[in-house]
Amino acid sequence: MQMSHAIFERNSIILLIGVLITVAIGGIVEIVPLFLIKNTIERVEGMRPYTPLELAGRQIYLREGCYTCHSQMIRSLRSEVDRYGHYSLAAESMYDHPFQWGSKRTGPDLARVGGKYSDEWHQVHMKNPRNVVPNSIMPGYAFLSEEVLETEEIKDLIKAHRMTGVPYDDEMVENALADLKAQANPDSDYDDLLNRYGEKVSVRDFAGDGPKVTELDALIAYLQMLGTLVDTDVYGIEAKLQQ
Amino acid sequence: MAQALNLADFQREPGAKVACLVVAVLLSVFALYVVSETYSATMQLHMYLIMAFCYAAAFWLMTRSNEKPAQVNADGTPNYNEAVVRYGVAASTIWGVVGFIAGLYIALQLAFPALNLDLPFTTFGRVRPLHTSAVIFAFGGNVLLAASFYVVQRTCRARLAGDIAPWFVFWGYQLFIVLAATGYLFGVTQSKEYAEPEWYVDLWLTAVWVTYLLVFLATLWKRSAPHIYVANWFFLAFIITIAMLHVGNNLAIPVSLTCPQSVIVWAGVQEAMIQLWYGHNAVGFFLTAGFLAIMYYFIPKQANRPVYSYRLSIIHFWSLIFLYIWAGPHHLHFTALPDWAQTLGMTFSIMLWMPSWGGLMTLSGAWDKLRTDPVLRMMFVSVAFYGMSTFEGPVMSIKAVNSLSHYTDWTIGHVHSGALGWVGYISFGALYCLVPMLWRTPLYSKRLVEWHFWISTIGIVLYMVAMWFAGITQGLMWRAYDALGFLQYSFGETVEVLHPYYLVRAIGGLLFVIGSIIMAYNLYMTARQGRVPAEARSRDVAGDHIGDAGAVPAE
Amino acid sequence: MTYEQLYTWAGSYGLLFLFILFLVSVAYALWPSNKTKFDSAAQQPLQDDDLGQ
Repeated sequence: MQMSHAIFERNSIILLIGVLITVAIGGIVEIVPLFLIKNTIERVEGMRPYTPLELAGRQIYLREGCYTCHSQMIRSLRSEVDRYGHYSLAAESMYDHPFQWGSKRTGPDLARVGGKYSDEWHQVHMKNPRNVVPNSIMPGYAFLSEEVLETEEIKDLIKAHRMTGVPYDDEMVENALADLKAQANPDSDYDDLLNRYGEKVSVRDFAGDGPKVTELDALIAYLQMLGTLVDTDVYGIEAKLQQ
Repeated sequence: MAQALNLADFQREPGAKVACLVVAVLLSVFALYVVSETYSATMQLHMYLIMAFCYAAAFWLMTRSNEKPAQVNADGTPNYNEAVVRYGVAASTIWGVVGFIAGLYIALQLAFPALNLDLPFTTFGRVRPLHTSAVIFAFGGNVLLAASFYVVQRTCRARLAGDIAPWFVFWGYQLFIVLAATGYLFGVTQSKEYAEPEWYVDLWLTAVWVTYLLVFLATLWKRSAPHIYVANWFFLAFIITIAMLHVGNNLAIPVSLTCPQSVIVWAGVQEAMIQLWYGHNAVGFFLTAGFLAIMYYFIPKQANRPVYSYRLSIIHFWSLIFLYIWAGPHHLHFTALPDWAQTLGMTFSIMLWMPSWGGLMTLSGAWDKLRTDPVLRMMFVSVAFYGMSTFEGPVMSIKAVNSLSHYTDWTIGHVHSGALGWVGYISFGALYCLVPMLWRTPLYSKRLVEWHFWISTIGIVLYMVAMWFAGITQGLMWRAYDALGFLQYSFGETVEVLHPYYLVRAIGGLLFVIGSIIMAYNLYMTARQGRVPAEARSRDVAGDHIGDAGAVPAE
Repeated sequence: MTYEQLYTWAGSYGLLFLFILFLVSVAYALWPSNKTKFDSAAQQPLQDDDLGQ
């Protein structure tokens, strides 16, 4: 008895390995539900990778730390479904690297904010939120409409996403920059973009500022598609609701 | 055994010095390459910082005396490396004040949104990660670094292993903090809560952390004390587990070598789980195990009596290792865990909390010390906060409670009762113990410690109460229906009602900041009146090789 | 080895292994003959001859 534990005490490397094994075994069990969930992920229609413009907008969302105040996870509670829409499906964040479920709602949930407000509303709101929501405490992001979107790395960004398993094909990678510009310009020839990403992709001048592609264009493109990919009417809301 | 193990004692042989120089030069060349190629101004800034670090290190290495530090003093006592601990103490004090002020600033932003200033780098979304990283990693991390380096030397009765390595750990860690913090402000972030630094900062931290582990282990190996004191077990578990969590959670593919952004390999639900695994265990092993180590050394030290029950502390250690993991699923409520699993998680959490009372019982028979010694009282109260928040945590994981509390300020209040009460107070206690010991002088003013204690305690209470009310109020308003069956309040209305609570919270935070500034002043004055004992160095004898660094007594 | 096999193993034998290890460590902590050792270990933080205590 004394011997067995004396090993731990006298030999720190064994203590160390003992700790590692313990924590690792615990980790396996802990992380596990994730893979079980993977197997039971809802089969849904409509999920597609983000278009280059949406992805660039998502990078702005990440950069500004929006997750510190906004969740993207509607729980299956009646009051949440009434306020925000159908509860979030696991499949809806399958291409989110990293996920943006968030942990705090200083502002409202954004999982289904897409299409809820007009582009003009977003433009005004981003400039000064209190112009459209008087009791808002959100910072103003006027600088987004002045910054031209950095597009140098968009192709590499999409490549990196492909390496993690997001199904971008060669054409999507090759034409990343062209697709990005096409989506923000309704006068462009955007047929290829729609062929690659689907007919439902919105092509607009999101920031309403003409031909230049600003960070605001990208961010609004991203916000306007959030939660719109999957047709949730197909899934019975009542089935899983609690309370 | 001692002979072989001394290999790990990175003696500052000329070889080691040259190797470090080569690494510094190579790294600075790489940094220069990135500077010339990257489009990102922030990454350029970061690479310049890394280059500056390399050049400073090279300069330091070349000008440093070739004398080796002696392992023992003339009188036979170990020649402890206290310089690096002193730096750690100073760094934690400064980062602490900075981090608390950042917290106060974002608290005020929530009450007065105009304070966002509408500049990119002063918005809440960018400063909030700065606050969390500054208090957890910069303040807490430096306290742990300093305390672990101090405790492991003292309880092993051996000089800290290595000569260059501990300094690399200290300065490397400060560079990590600066890279992370400036990154957030200029928009370089992974957007993973509590793991925001980007890929190259993560890699840098990994190098620093592995060195930290090696220094710690090598010191344990060269100990002359017969046992590894229990505090070191906690430190070791903290260091190794954090290494694992850090690597696992941050696995990412850089967009390119010259691009600050990366893509996390995990996605969606899987990533949520990995993040919970990281978050849960980071709390368990960074904010709990690490600071329990501090408790197990500094409470007995300050009370000048051994820990109440050493046996209980061993059981405590293994309970933490074995049970903490299993208490984890309480974060995973949405996976529809059966009720018994929740109950189990709660039971485990309470079992985890019980042994820490061993720390408090150390004072049994000497309770009057709580009245006369404000430092001891601070540490005592911290353990009480620890008990409180480890009790509140499982309660909040009960489904019915969680559906109300989740996403609200209740969570913020809960986190801060642990952060301000437990981590903050045990750290302050350790700092108040360390500075007099390191500078060989009594504390400058006990009265100021009293002031610090009472001002920040009132601050914590205001903070917690405000957040409870805010959280429950908002949670109830979100789910309120009117007579016709419609949601009663718009989201904006539920924000507006929080204003007074946010004000009270900011006042609580302000009190905490004031307390910490009082502490910083007190510690500074203590150090100023003290003296730094000269560090013994022995001549570098020709032919002196690693094996006979001698002075290390065999086990 | 698939992840699910690993999971099953971790959740059964792994758990059993950890539990036994835990019992061993508790037994070690309470073993009567270890008392003197622990008493001396508990004194370790208090022995600082150079700090004048």
